[in-house]
Amino acid sequence: MNEIFLGAATWLLLTAGAGFWRLARWPGGADSLLGILLFGTTGTAMVLVLGAALGLPRATDIALVLALLAVVLGAAFVLRSWPPEPKPKEDHEPR
Amino acid sequence: MWALFDILLLLGIVFLAWRALADADLFRGVMQFIGLGLLVAVAWVRLRAPDVALAEAAVGSGLTGALLLAALARGERRQARTAQTASSPEQPNPAQTGAGAVSPKREHLYRAFAAAVGWLIFGLAAWAVWPLPSASDGLALEARTRLSESGVSNPVTAALLNYRGYDTLLEVAVLLLAIVGVWSLRRADVAVADSAARPLFDSLLRWLLPLLMVGAGYLLWIGSFAPGGAFQAGALLGGGLVLGRLAGWGQRKTPAAHYWRAGLALGLLAFAGVAALVMKHTGGLLQYPAGQAGPWILAIEAAATLSIGLTLGALFAGGRPSNEPISAEPQESPDHE
Amino acid sequence: MSPVNLLCFLLLAGSLFFFTAGTVGLLRFPDLYTRLHALTKADNLGLGLAVLALMLRAEGWAEVFKLGLIWLLVMAASATLCFLIARGARQRGQLPWTQRPS
Repeated sequence: MNEIFLGAATWLLLTAGAGFWRLARWPGGADSLLGILLFGTTGTAMVLVLGAALGLPRATDIALVLALLAVVLGAAFVLRSWPPEPKPKEDHEPR
Repeated sequence: MWALFDILLLLGIVFLAWRALADADLFRGVMQFIGLGLLVAVAWVRLRAPDVALAEAAVGSGLTGALLLAALARGERRQARTAQTASSPEQPNPAQTGAGAVSPKREHLYRAFAAAVGWLIFGLAAWAVWPLPSASDGLALEARTRLSESGVSNPVTAALLNYRGYDTLLEVAVLLLAIVGVWSLRRADVAVADSAARPLFDSLLRWLLPLLMVGAGYLLWIGSFAPGGAFQAGALLGGGLVLGRLAGWGQRKTPAAHYWRAGLALGLLAFAGVAALVMKHTGGLLQYPAGQAGPWILAIEAAATLSIGLTLGALFAGGRPSNEPISAEPQESPDHE
Repeated sequence: MSPVNLLCFLLLAGSLFFFTAGTVGLLRFPDLYTRLHALTKADNLGLGLAVLALMLRAEGWAEVFKLGLIWLLVMAASATLCFLIARGARQRGQLPWTQRPS
């Protein structure tokens, strides 16, 4: 059974990696905010599944802390530092 | 099968670390830094180190990411302000391009030098680590055999607050120094209290903040016998303060500065106070009286949790509280949200 | 394989399917708003199925409760963040993608 969890963790790693890869390739801006959402959900799932694969009993606490802080990060990103749209040689957009 | 996972994880970590540093778009770079923190936390879980994974997820990725975002936002606002006042339309944005005033040839020289030093250090570290026996446990055996006398049953907490308590005392002092430094430099941002305009966010906070408090207490409590502890609990508390600040709570009635100061210093004072007390009793620095280590450790951790949470929240605010009496020296105008 | 393990396996498979769907949406959808749909809905459903699979193997009710709490927390947080992101983008003038007339 542990192998199945390991396979799931590997798959999640691949999907998260694909998400981050795409976010790195395409022009930035508001899409960076999507990275936080990705980090929150996929990261929590990855930690949970990996903990089950390893037989680590305290992985749920780590996932809980991750989930809680993903909210903090997301809120800070959206409400405080909205990324400016990448514009060629232009000044900042009005706030 | 594990090899596949490990290789993918390593590749992901290296890739995100490179992108976080090399990305010209700083906001995207910060997002990649946060992703890096997540992958490193996963790596710690993979290495069966849940305490470190907790600390990485809470402090290394979560709170540090929030601090970077706040700093980035401040930089952007200052750029926008100076661009408007200078009224020059084509001002290159150093925050976006990271350009300096150094000639390209000089820059190449600096980079080559930095790379050489980096490789030298890496070589020295590898040369030191390579001949170590791979199955060595270090001091883990001794640490575990004395665990029953240490007052806690989590070996990491025992190492942090008993075997190497002095190191942790200095760490708490370093945190206090950090906030003293930040407070000496600038005043806190003034956020607009518009929680009425964001009812959904406000309603989220109404149950999320209590959950964060309870989570902090939970982590503090289980630190004695399971992964947890003061730093992780303090990070949750700091996260709660960050959220409260984003919602604009407490803006009209900021708590007086001396409350802040008391809370920030409490951790170090409690730790040093306990150290002095037990030194009077047993004669050794942080040598707890036999059989009493547990309650002392919990007391220290509780005070440290409060201080760490307040420190992280205050670092996010970016400066000393705004309603402090103004002194004579010129102040920069507080940033507005 | 015991029935519990089989159920666990099916739930995990479903979870991976939804996570993959979410990432495919992130990669292929045309604008921010549609990508938000993919990330919040599909990924959260994937997380929920994974949590269910883990609940089957949990030791004790405290663990089950914690897992359920994590899922509810991530759902509520993603929903709120999704709304904030979408509203922020709309306020900054980003218009939803519309079908180009062919």
